Amino acid sequence: MDTLFGITGKDFVITAYDSKAVASITLMKIGEDKSRELNSHALMLFSGEPGDGVHFSEYVERNIKLYGIRNGIELSPRAVASFARRELADSLRSRKPYSVNLLIAGFDVKTNKPALYWLDHLASLADVPFAAHGYGAYYCLSLLDRYHREDITEEEGIKLLDKCIKELRSRMILNMPDFVAKIVNKDGIRLVQLGGN
Amino acid sequence: MDTLVSKYANAASAASFDTADNLGENLAGWDAANEFALPAFDIPMVSNPVDFLRAHTDASAENRIRIQHGTTTLSFKFQGGIIVAVDSRASGGSYIASQTVKKVIEINPYLLGTMAGGAADCQYWERELGRRCRLYELRNKERISVAAASKILSNMVYDYKGMGLSMGTMITGWDKTGPQLFYVDSDGTRMRGERFSVGSGSTFAYGVLDTGYDYNLSVPDAIELGRRAIYHATHRDAYSGGSINVFHVKESGWEFIGNYDVGQLHWDYQAQPKGPIS
Repeated sequence: MDTLFGITGKDFVITAYDSKAVASITLMKIGEDKSRELNSHALMLFSGEPGDGVHFSEYVERNIKLYGIRNGIELSPRAVASFARRELADSLRSRKPYSVNLLIAGFDVKTNKPALYWLDHLASLADVPFAAHGYGAYYCLSLLDRYHREDITEEEGIKLLDKCIKELRSRMILNMPDFVAKIVNKDGIRLVQLGGN
Repeated sequence: MDTLVSKYANAASAASFDTADNLGENLAGWDAANEFALPAFDIPMVSNPVDFLRAHTDASAENRIRIQHGTTTLSFKFQGGIIVAVDSRASGGSYIASQTVKKVIEINPYLLGTMAGGAADCQYWERELGRRCRLYELRNKERISVAAASKILSNMVYDYKGMGLSMGTMITGWDKTGPQLFYVDSDGTRMRGERFSVGSGSTFAYGVLDTGYDYNLSVPDAIELGRRAIYHATHRDAYSGGSINVFHVKESGWEFIGNYDVGQLHWDYQAQPKGPIS
């Protein structure tokens, strides 16, 4: 199962996903994008049932973008997360629910605060300082509990993420190369190069 | 065709549907007994077809029919475009239903699709994709991109997710942006890539393909690599075999390279020295 990370800091959120696309025992691709930009300051990472992640996140992305175009103002990360949760909750009670785990990372330009939301396939939403999905969570949540502070800088955030990935590489039986990291801050969303690679 | 024409020729030439009283005449030449006769279809050449079907289906499963699976297909980008190579065996469990299946589906002169999983699902949906691509062309006066075509297919099959569709396909072609290769399956997965292999023999094909691959391969070498990877897969995978079909996708559209019987190919390769390991 794929691993997703999200860590908030003083004025940013750093996220990461492993970029592997797997079909049963075969690695089909390295470099698959498991994130979608919902608007200029909100990023969604997804994992779970093949196909569902892309379809659900693109559906949410288009609705969030439509809201921005119609109203001339973008939804806050909290509103984006609430929308996604409601869509997932409604889907859960349908004949064919989406089976996806999500992280929504955003930067609220009104309050100047970073935001991270953890949303699982049963549509429970949590506002958290850091989060992980997949097997990686079992190794790294304790590590994040130990080292995370609310006021970490971007450099510290990247270092912390590197610690997580290093732990996965050394302890997990599935080796996890090629994490892709993205930072959301007041300037928007950008790709970051991880040092530990 | 001629028999079909003669069958309806009488009725059609004299027919006038205006008046109700000559409706009976319009039925001249129509044979109800023939029309409603029980349909005939081929059955597997096994001693007991009913037992065979029972062994290859699952009555308790939601989607009852689960036959027709083994395959090896591959496709890769290289300096000269894209090579597509496939085997031609159709199997249902241990039964070989056909050795002459066309697993490369020619969607239009610039688009190819491959077939793995359910043969009917692949044929039906890729034909439907061809229809949609033609409509796109007529409406927009330009050819559809491979990205858009593959997304149409992915969205179509995603609507039927969980209802028993089974297909793993590679959509290839050449558009404004150059050669393009996408993997699309019935889970709704769609991804761009430069090297894919799909089917029960895919692991064997990957082994040969990955080690022999180089982007700068010449066209003849690339064709040979594709053919060789499928050959080795048919050798190790019981559900793949028959013959190999190879296609080359170029700027001017796709070109059929050839059909190679793996039985013959086996002895050809046996006779060749394997060469040094570089």
